[in-house]
Amino acid sequence: MSLKKIHEDQPKEFKFNSENLKKIDEILKKYPKKNKKSAVMPLLYLAQRQNDNWIPLAAMKYIANYLSIPYISVYEVATFYTMYNLAPVGKHFIQVCTTTPCLIRGADKIVKLCKEKISPHENEISKQGNCSWMEVECLGACVSAPMVQINDDYYEDLDEKSTKEILESLIKGKPLKPGSYRGRKNTAPEKKLNTNGENHA
Amino acid sequence: MLKKEDKIFKNLYNELGWDIESSLKRDDWKNTKDLISKGRDWIINEVKTSELRGRGGAGFSTGLKWSFAPKEVGSRPHYLIINADESEPGTCKDRDILRFEPQKLIEGCLIAGFAVNAHVCYIYIRGEYLNEGKRLQEAIDQAYEKRYLGKNACGSGWDFDIHIHFGAGAYICGEETALLESIEGNKGQPRLKPPFPALVGLYGCPTIVNNVETIAVVPTILRKGGKWFSSIGKPKNTGTKIFCISGNVNSPCNVEEEMGIPLKELIEKHAGGVVGGWENLQAVIPGGSSMPLLPKKICDTITMDFDALIENKSGLGTAGIVVINKDQDIVECMARIARFYKHESCGQCTPCREGSGWMWRILDRVVKRKATYGDVKLLSDVTKQIEGHTICAFGEGSAWPVQGLLRHFRKEVESRCREEPLIKKKLNNPYLVDQHLLENKNA
Repeated sequence: MSLKKIHEDQPKEFKFNSENLKKIDEILKKYPKKNKKSAVMPLLYLAQRQNDNWIPLAAMKYIANYLSIPYISVYEVATFYTMYNLAPVGKHFIQVCTTTPCLIRGADKIVKLCKEKISPHENEISKQGNCSWMEVECLGACVSAPMVQINDDYYEDLDEKSTKEILESLIKGKPLKPGSYRGRKNTAPEKKLNTNGENHA
Repeated sequence: MLKKEDKIFKNLYNELGWDIESSLKRDDWKNTKDLISKGRDWIINEVKTSELRGRGGAGFSTGLKWSFAPKEVGSRPHYLIINADESEPGTCKDRDILRFEPQKLIEGCLIAGFAVNAHVCYIYIRGEYLNEGKRLQEAIDQAYEKRYLGKNACGSGWDFDIHIHFGAGAYICGEETALLESIEGNKGQPRLKPPFPALVGLYGCPTIVNNVETIAVVPTILRKGGKWFSSIGKPKNTGTKIFCISGNVNSPCNVEEEMGIPLKELIEKHAGGVVGGWENLQAVIPGGSSMPLLPKKICDTITMDFDALIENKSGLGTAGIVVINKDQDIVECMARIARFYKHESCGQCTPCREGSGWMWRILDRVVKRKATYGDVKLLSDVTKQIEGHTICAFGEGSAWPVQGLLRHFRKEVESRCREEPLIKKKLNNPYLVDQHLLENKNA
């Protein structure tokens, strides 16, 4: 269950732009006509994309109206799922996986780097104003541990050095390429064996 | 060891290309029309012959599950749902299928959809896999272009549509009824069973929910025959399986192997061995975080299949193998898993919602060396109070890893405990039991 707090400073109005309204029509076609409620999750995503990666209460009210369902049905969905941000996040939103498979390969070091480079606390916009970070549960890339998700992309096989590079270039506003940072192809076993654990972060 | 020609997922690492033209070269969509024309009963029987067991964790017979769908379509349409909400710590096999073998999944969807009388299929992908979802959508669009989907799909006379629905970061939505709730636009909280989804599922209609890997192997099974599939592996644990090997190994990887392969062989041959050598192994979580861990003694000889692992009080689950060597603090690892379950509990049933927090807090105390011996007993008691007292299997999933820790590493846990506090309570109450029933005893 998500424990996120609603942001104090809420915008008064929210409206989907015309491009997103077209997308909504496509989304509604996926579900049976009498089950419009199914579209609440995709619509919340659209609202989040349109509003700088967070969902204001006004958007929930708008979606409730649009789908003719009670406001609370949208609110409970938005607060239940962890991927809906209910308060502003950085333009570069870093999610560090810290569940056991990543932890035993050194995710704590990545968390430490985030604290140093971005902000001492989770969900806090950095001094430069363009980044924020948080710890998340398993992101489902365990064989590429440790890894972080920055906005939509996975950065895998990290160690301290590569994480530092990634974070520093992010702060400068020039994100590096996603993918493996140990130069391997997807999830294939590496040919070169490092028997003494040099591959660890 | 699995022979190269018996591998089903030949493009697991994207060496051959994921697009439809490359997949056609790998025999996808080769004779789908003929397979479908052999009829529903033939398909289900062939899947039953193959003894394919669901790859999502529970290991239920797939052919049997399909046969639960009503034979005739009544007033309600049937649905097929693919569970791609892969969130179990240690597991990342479905991600590779979605990225690199999407056509196998799509073809499987059509065949399975035909077998269970469904015209519409929803693929529920976890929200974090946005790029994988986009890739799958591209693959679906390519299949539509080739007329493998849509009206009269693949010339079979069966209309079939596939839609993608993204989740939003809730582990519990991997549970099939929670997944249905989520597609319906509600909070992902599991439903009571029965009625089972096969009769009352999505929108109250008959619904079959299957894992990505289960569906993706079906076309190959039908093409090569159920007998071929059941000849691989061990009896009742047949076929091939993608194993995800992560943690303290030299080269963590996903690999397709036959069921029943010895764990040691799997780790040494494919994952480059344990960091610091096999002797440095402390424990292995064999099937994703919700399965109890196994100490080295058992790992020496165990084979990776459903039944052998159940005999050793663990389970194959999703085959996400997490290797933990002696450099790690085993209690801290399990405390982190307990924190995962505390975070992901949907909050519907009290034993799980409260108990998962209790387990985490006690384990956290053990890690910080602030626990007492009584705490260990309390911990063991809490796990028993959760197990079997919840709507879905999440309760077991959160309690079993802790039980496994206590079963195999109790000495390690107790060695970190302090003495009992000086002022002891004289009451001899079990925790979390109806206290009023014990009043007479304590009077």
